[in-house]
Amino acid sequence: MSAQELGNEIYTLKVNGQSHPVKDAWIGESLLYVLRERLGLPGAKGACEQGECGSCTVVMDSQAVCSCLVMAAAAVDTEILTVEGLGENGSLTDIQQAFLAAGGVQCGFCTPGFIVAVHHLLDSNPEPSDDQIRESLSGNICRCTGYGRILEAVKIVISQRDAS
Amino acid sequence: MVEVNLHGRQPQTVINLRRVEELHEWSHRHTQQTVTIGSAVPYSVMETGKIAELVPALAQAARTVGSPQIRAAGTLGGNLGTCSPAGDSLPVLSALNAVIHLIGPQGTRDVAWGEFMLGVKKNALGSGEFVHSITVPVIQGWQGYAKVGTRNAMVIATASACLVRDTEEGLISIALGSVGPTIIRCSQAEKWLRKTTSLRAGAQINADLAVEFGRRVSDEATPIDDHRSTAAYRRHCVAILAQRLLVRSLA
Repeated sequence: MSAQELGNEIYTLKVNGQSHPVKDAWIGESLLYVLRERLGLPGAKGACEQGECGSCTVVMDSQAVCSCLVMAAAAVDTEILTVEGLGENGSLTDIQQAFLAAGGVQCGFCTPGFIVAVHHLLDSNPEPSDDQIRESLSGNICRCTGYGRILEAVKIVISQRDAS
Repeated sequence: MVEVNLHGRQPQTVINLRRVEELHEWSHRHTQQTVTIGSAVPYSVMETGKIAELVPALAQAARTVGSPQIRAAGTLGGNLGTCSPAGDSLPVLSALNAVIHLIGPQGTRDVAWGEFMLGVKKNALGSGEFVHSITVPVIQGWQGYAKVGTRNAMVIATASACLVRDTEEGLISIALGSVGPTIIRCSQAEKWLRKTTSLRAGAQINADLAVEFGRRVSDEATPIDDHRSTAAYRRHCVAILAQRLLVRSLA
């Protein structure tokens, strides 16, 4: 049986402050799949599809989660924030700028997941210790940077926000 | 969801339990000294705060689950539904003699931990049943969870153990994860320790006795060789974990 034959349920997801009807989806689709393939939001990346890599991180009801592990149909009634919803009018956030300045982006595949995870960290804890930064990013894997420049980027944001 | 993403599982019906508020709640009953945790309470809630004070071993186990992203979404209901021998919370539920509250088409029923997990990813859940909540006792005395894996974050247990010392009753219970088809409760080693020494408040244990306890615990494990580790290493791990947990419980 193909996925299409299993049903054409319609439900609505609230993503980046907007309601998106999801039509003709198979009920078992992950939030990651629905965001990328049905709602045209390819910022969250699919890699391991089992919650190991963090490339698909989004914020759901103020919690960072792996969108590959959330069934999209079960995300009805939640507020979802993806990397596309962070900057205003297409401009970069201070976190994204700091990643660029510190060299925290190399191949870039893991970057959206890291950006969302850092955004969530600094929203819930504006002055994290080094250990807290490492802990909060322990679910995001980067095979290029060796993490040093990513930690540096987070510290740049903390000191910039402190100064302003 | 991993079953769907990687193993071709195709659920035809999905029931969203997110709106069922009571599954997201937990409570502390002072009169019975028990904690009841809804099946949809995430690990991130158990890691710190009041649950961590009342059931510290559960908090420690919750803290070792996956990553912050996974702990924000993962629940006891998920661990119990999947019933993998590597489920981090399961040795804690075993050592604490947890009671699992189920709801289904026939109504509600309570299942003791000992009757819940039946094998690798097999449990007592009937057709249409789901886990409502879990009740564990608040124990007077030390309790702890320890886990061996290949790294500190984002790792599935090579072997794990939970030890609970009830100083009122003079009992120690120990349960092992990832070293058998189910969580293994080491009742022989528990019995031996009870006969050999007093476990009430203020009791001392010498180093040799802790080593012997570890050896007896590992004798009750039934590990296998697989892609994650070898049977011999797992047996070694649980001996060391049991020994360390016993020493910590009396420190």
